[in-house]
Amino acid sequence: MQSQQAFRIETRAWLEQNCPKSMRTSMVQEEVVWGGRNAEFANPDSEIWLQRMAEKGWTCPTWPSEYGGGGLDKDQTIVLGEELARINARPALTSFGISMLGPVLLEYGNHQQKQEHIPKIVRGEIRWCQGYSEPGSGSDLASLSTKAELQGDNYLINGSKVWTSYADKADWIFCLVRTDFDVPKHSGISFILFDMTSVGISTKPIQLISGSSPFCETFFDDVKAPASNLVGRLNEGWTIAKRLLQHERTMISGFGLSAGQSDNGGTTSTISSLEGTAMHYRGDSKKLSDPVLRDQIARFKIDADAFAHTSKRSIEESKQGQGPNATSSMLKNYGCELNKRRYELMLQAIGSQGLGWEGEGFNDEELQLTREWLRSKANSIEGGTSEVQLNIIAKRVLGLPDILSLAQK
Amino acid sequence: MALVLSEEQQLLKDSAKNFCEQNAPVSVLRGLRDSKDEQGYDQGIWSQMIELGWAGMAIPEAYGGFDFGYGGLGVVLEETGKTLVSSPLIPTVLVGATAIAQLGNEAQKQVLLPKIVAGELLTALALDEHTSHNPSKIATTATKVDGGYSLNGSKTFVLDGHIANMLIVVARTSGETDSEQGISLFLVDANAEGLNIARTIMVDSRNSSNIQFKNVVVAEDALLGEKDQGFNGLDSVLDIARIGIAAEMLGSMQAVFESILEFLKQREQFGVLIGSFQGLQHRAAEMYSEIELCKSAVRAALAGLDEPDTTQAEIAVLASMTKAKLSEVFFLVSNEGIQMHGGIGMTDEFDIGFFIKRARVAQQFLGDSSFHRDRYATLNGF
Ligand SMILES: Cc1cc2nc3c(=O)[nH]c(=O)nc-3n(C[C@H](O)[C@H](O)[C@H](O)COP(=O)(O)OP(=O)(O)OC[C@H]3O[C@@H](n4cnc5c(N)ncnc54)[C@H](O)[C@@H]3O)c2cc1C
Ligand SMILES: Cc1cc2nc3c(=O)[nH]c(=O)nc-3n(C[C@H](O)[C@H](O)[C@H](O)COP(=O)(O)OP(=O)(O)OC[C@H]3O[C@@H](n4cnc5c(N)ncnc54)[C@H](O)[C@@H]3O)c2cc1C
Repeated sequence: MQSQQAFRIETRAWLEQNCPKSMRTSMVQEEVVWGGRNAEFANPDSEIWLQRMAEKGWTCPTWPSEYGGGGLDKDQTIVLGEELARINARPALTSFGISMLGPVLLEYGNHQQKQEHIPKIVRGEIRWCQGYSEPGSGSDLASLSTKAELQGDNYLINGSKVWTSYADKADWIFCLVRTDFDVPKHSGISFILFDMTSVGISTKPIQLISGSSPFCETFFDDVKAPASNLVGRLNEGWTIAKRLLQHERTMISGFGLSAGQSDNGGTTSTISSLEGTAMHYRGDSKKLSDPVLRDQIARFKIDADAFAHTSKRSIEESKQGQGPNATSSMLKNYGCELNKRRYELMLQAIGSQGLGWEGEGFNDEELQLTREWLRSKANSIEGGTSEVQLNIIAKRVLGLPDILSLAQK
Repeated sequence: MALVLSEEQQLLKDSAKNFCEQNAPVSVLRGLRDSKDEQGYDQGIWSQMIELGWAGMAIPEAYGGFDFGYGGLGVVLEETGKTLVSSPLIPTVLVGATAIAQLGNEAQKQVLLPKIVAGELLTALALDEHTSHNPSKIATTATKVDGGYSLNGSKTFVLDGHIANMLIVVARTSGETDSEQGISLFLVDANAEGLNIARTIMVDSRNSSNIQFKNVVVAEDALLGEKDQGFNGLDSVLDIARIGIAAEMLGSMQAVFESILEFLKQREQFGVLIGSFQGLQHRAAEMYSEIELCKSAVRAALAGLDEPDTTQAEIAVLASMTKAKLSEVFFLVSNEGIQMHGGIGMTDEFDIGFFIKRARVAQQFLGDSSFHRDRYATLNGF
């Protein structure tokens, strides 16, 4: 294995050569690359950037090269991250395939499933959505009732999901289904993959308070999914489901890190520095004139610093390839609350200019901020609510007794 | 910057933990308090700490120390924080030795540092003059006299003032009372003529004192660092001390939290363990998260101190971030420590009270959270 320094030099040179100039600027919402059969590239450079990064497997740097991943070890991954950050490079690809499905497929999928799906995730060819929540099953996810019955070589799926982010844009879905109704709720769930173009699937977008409609109601009416698409063993899907949630939470906790790390969490604003924004809008030069806001911003930034050190420490502490654990709930909860605080402070900093909805009188960034502030409220709901994360910490990390057996096991 | 302990640091931490649990539990502090001990610390335990090399932890080998860095001293402080060890470790080893190592000339370092390592010299920093920390608001004067300086003024909250052999005194050689310009540091023999040292009994049962200087004359070579230009160096010494005290606070808050968890898993009310009540669970989970952040802040700050490339400005930001955060969280955890123990938490017989008392003193020492948030904002240009 080559030394870290050599890898750094090589990486820096490659990025210098291959990262287009316009990809070295902070991400803007409309230019986030989600990939998929109908991939959109609002900025043509992002297609070039994706293609080059995917070729090296660096959209998924730690995944095995056997399946198209980067095959990097932990130290190299850190170096790559640092070098990307050094030039302010945008993420080449953002997807639920990368942050959620891929890691569990690598852990629980069979060789054929990995071979079929992993390379397409790396290259951004297939866009995935998450079929977990149902109208009757939110925090108590394990009570889900979407039904899958084996009929010949296929599972026949009936039921509905809700809050399915980008179900209307996704190519495939990873879905939790009930395959046994006669056992305790956690023991009858299976984890299955199927194509969203299958006959019998319909989606209906739901509008958010921020005005956009990124998620849907999703209906399954006699949908056929090949039995070979079941991941792991029949009725043992809950283990995989929980593992995936840990990955999802780790991803969402990233919202608490500094802006610019693009995702759908409302952190793509180009108005980046909170204190700079506050001073700009108030016309202050050396010191923020509102002492209360100044103190609140300082407190926020101190927490954000300590949180960033904590994220870093958790990466250093996790052994190579071990991935996230129950502390991902702590990171998720804290990161989300921080992100929400950041948007509230941003609104306070900007004053009435931060409260525009549309039209004249506001610039694009200001209008985007209003929407992102609203979107950020979902951070402590999606991926398991803050209350659910606190339950998990209390039980799994602190070992406190679980009298009501409401465990999110 | 490594945020996980090295193998050496981990070993040191384990042995410090072992030592404190075996030899210096909270009952030692209780004993010192109840007997109104003159010294305010246990000589036998301090001697053992010297033997373990703790006094030379962060001192370079060239001056008789063990060159273990502030990362090393930090893990020791964390462990002494868990059992609230009262000793000269903070006033002499963390503050005094750092001041001499950072600001002293070669002769001062050669003479004084080995004595600290050997436990032959105790120091006290005479800095603050007001009820809140403000290192540039210095009215104590040092006026030039034949062959040296004459010191006049008064100091408060001087840790170990009444047992130190030597005081490190912050005085004004020029400039206005509020100015960073014109501040100088002096090494003053504790037996010097004109000194009036009055021990103060603090709520945390640790040593502190008020000191008055009336024409205290010191020689020319008593100057520590540059004349008039002492503030910058002082501030960097204080930053190291702030990070060190934060490490101690980290240990103390972990001890409180452990006690809380133990109680939640053992106390029954309404026919069940109280730890099963969500009203307590969520608060415990939030405290856990805050303590994890504190751990990371302390580790990052200590690593920053030992990293040769860290600038003074970066250390200042790390120090204020860490001291502000730790002060806030220790406040929270010490309050919850009492609340979650119910009536027992209010009793003197139970140790938790010692921790909330220590918390408030540690919060104040070298700047509370609002001092450091203000400083953090200034350092970050807003
Ligand atoms: C923007 C967004 C995107 C999403 N994307 C997806 C997606 O792609 N795929 C998907 O499957 N789901 C998705 N979700 C759904 C999300 O996972 C659920 O909304 C979430 O799990 C909460 O479920 P619920 O909405 O039914 O709320 P409920 O479970 O009904 O909760 C209501 C309130 O009760 C509290 N509560 C519930 N149980 C407990 C308890 N045991 N202790 C204390 N408090 C409790 C909750 O914390 C919450 O405050 C998304 C949600 C949002 C907002
Ligand atoms: C200064 C002082 C004076 C007092 N004077 C009197 C007096 O004159 N006469 C008298 O009879 N008593 C007196 N008390 C006792 C007092 O009423 C009890 O301490 C109090 O009721 C709490 O009970 P406990 O100490 O057993 O704590 P516990 O009941 O053991 O409580 C421990 C912790 O668990 C929490 N907890 C318990 N149950 C729940 C729940 N269901 N949900 C969430 N949290 C829970 C509590 O809030 C507390 O934080 C006094 C106490 C003090 C401190």
